[in-house]
Amino acid sequence: MASVLALMALGLSLVFGVMRIVNVAHGEFFMLGAVLAWFFSTLVTGHPAIGFLLALALSPLVVGAIALASERLVLRRLNYNPEATIVATIGLLYILQQAALTFFGPDARPVPPPFNYRVLLPWFGYSGYKLAVVAASVALLTATWLVLTRTRVGLVMRATRYDRETAQAFGIPVDRVYAGVFTLGAMLAAVAAVLIVPIQQAHYLMGGDPLLLSFIVVIIGGLGSLRGTLVAALVIGMSDGVISMFFSPTLAKMLATLLVAMVLVFRPQGLFGTAPR
Amino acid sequence: MNASDRAVPVWLLHLAVIAALWGAQFVLPDYHHGILARVMVLACFAMGYNILFGYAGLLSLGHAMFFAAGLYGAGLPIYHFGWHVVPSFAFGIGCGALLALTVGMLALRTAGVAFMIVTLMFAQVGNLMTLWMADWTRGDEGLTLSRPERIIESATVFIDLTNRDTRYVAAWLLLSAVLLITLVIARSPFGRVLVAIRENEERTRMLGFNTYANKLSAMVISGAISAAAGAAYVLLFGYMGATFASIQYSILPLLWVLLGGAATTLGPLLGALLMFYLAELSNDALNAWFPGANLSQIGIVGVALVLLVLFFPKGILGSVRERWLGWLP
Repeated sequence: MASVLALMALGLSLVFGVMRIVNVAHGEFFMLGAVLAWFFSTLVTGHPAIGFLLALALSPLVVGAIALASERLVLRRLNYNPEATIVATIGLLYILQQAALTFFGPDARPVPPPFNYRVLLPWFGYSGYKLAVVAASVALLTATWLVLTRTRVGLVMRATRYDRETAQAFGIPVDRVYAGVFTLGAMLAAVAAVLIVPIQQAHYLMGGDPLLLSFIVVIIGGLGSLRGTLVAALVIGMSDGVISMFFSPTLAKMLATLLVAMVLVFRPQGLFGTAPR
Repeated sequence: MNASDRAVPVWLLHLAVIAALWGAQFVLPDYHHGILARVMVLACFAMGYNILFGYAGLLSLGHAMFFAAGLYGAGLPIYHFGWHVVPSFAFGIGCGALLALTVGMLALRTAGVAFMIVTLMFAQVGNLMTLWMADWTRGDEGLTLSRPERIIESATVFIDLTNRDTRYVAAWLLLSAVLLITLVIARSPFGRVLVAIRENEERTRMLGFNTYANKLSAMVISGAISAAAGAAYVLLFGYMGATFASIQYSILPLLWVLLGGAATTLGPLLGALLMFYLAELSNDALNAWFPGANLSQIGIVGVALVLLVLFFPKGILGSVRERWLGWLP
């Protein structure tokens, strides 16, 4: 759970870090990824792994396309004004939810995992699929990290984040970088969703909880700070289970949310972030 | 624009709107009569929101918590302790004001996007709290107040808030009071300072105004009016549930204010009225055209939000003021 959360939070953090906007519809991209995963996996018959791989390949692409379209059609016209963007993404959230409700229906639907193999350790058994999810997430996170720190694309993204106007002056197509980052963020959420969908079920309201959690992760980790996001995702993902053991889940959510609001009030740069310039 | 010169048309317009709403109860058919009473209460909520968002320029995503504070602050004492209507109404407003003061003192340390997220999170905490204390609130299922609990009775007066005509008049009274309060605020020096803060907070501070104190006052007034709407809602319609604390009830006043026109006194009323009918009518129409498509209000709200932000950020009355009637408050 923690690793999938990290993937999703990474997408959110990336979008905020580079574009300085908060994407409230991020959870809905996650939901869309899960719903599409169900759709693609029902398209093919045969071994569940085929359907799953198809979903893993196609569903992020479709979600990315939707994100790209909404970025071009809506966000760019708002000139990325932070407050107008939040209102617009709230609208987007409702539209996506409605679309899922209309075409997918109000029921939760399962996707069969690609393989069922229990890893039997001496002290406890562990579902092989869950371990594979962890491995896949770690691989993706590492890849994103490498792209950001080692490649030209990452350099361009970091430059845009650091100072938009100077980057533009240096001939970086800021506009296209924004579109790419927004799409990439949504695709990361979709991948996270496809990975989680054999464990949880796909449902049109499933975007809410992970959105809140990833907000928590991103804020604790410091908005836009990728390293902080990773550490926070691991801590929150682990502690979520621990806290739920001692308190009722509602109380746990309440305390977590309150705590994060306090972090935002008293330490706006996050626990790991550095103060803005 | 010099608004003080135009005091006569401004007051006439507002009194005319109030009079028209008074007159509407005698001509409207039953169904719309009920809707209008509800819309008037919700419009008060939107007006409370407008003070903070329209005039002070602080976009809160958590106003449902103030509405719910009024709702439960008035409803729970009646339900559990058998309070009377009037003190519990006052108590509901007090709860909202106190909550707004507390939240304001914390949230106003942040600005812009952080303010939006902090208010959103506080409202989320409030919503979870209504679910968590299900022994008292019965969570999503909610509570209903029975008829004897909603009657104001003393030696000389007998007011039955379950009666449809009394209910309309009560909603009308609340709306008139809130509308006039908003108008007075908008035309007062305090209102001008809020607008100045919205336009440029640095400069306002340079001019020697305590922007924090002014913003906090705006927040408390806004919270108190929202809570009054919530308290009136539970007294007039007799139902309280956790839905009213959910994120959707933070978004709706934003939508109404955006549609009607932010920072206009009559905008929230117009927006609430239009949106209510739009949602109602389009819901029926769309479901008739596409049966079984599970269409609900959320889709319409979403489309309306995106379209408004994209093409019509000033709202109806905001555009009217810009084009024709510069004196509109």
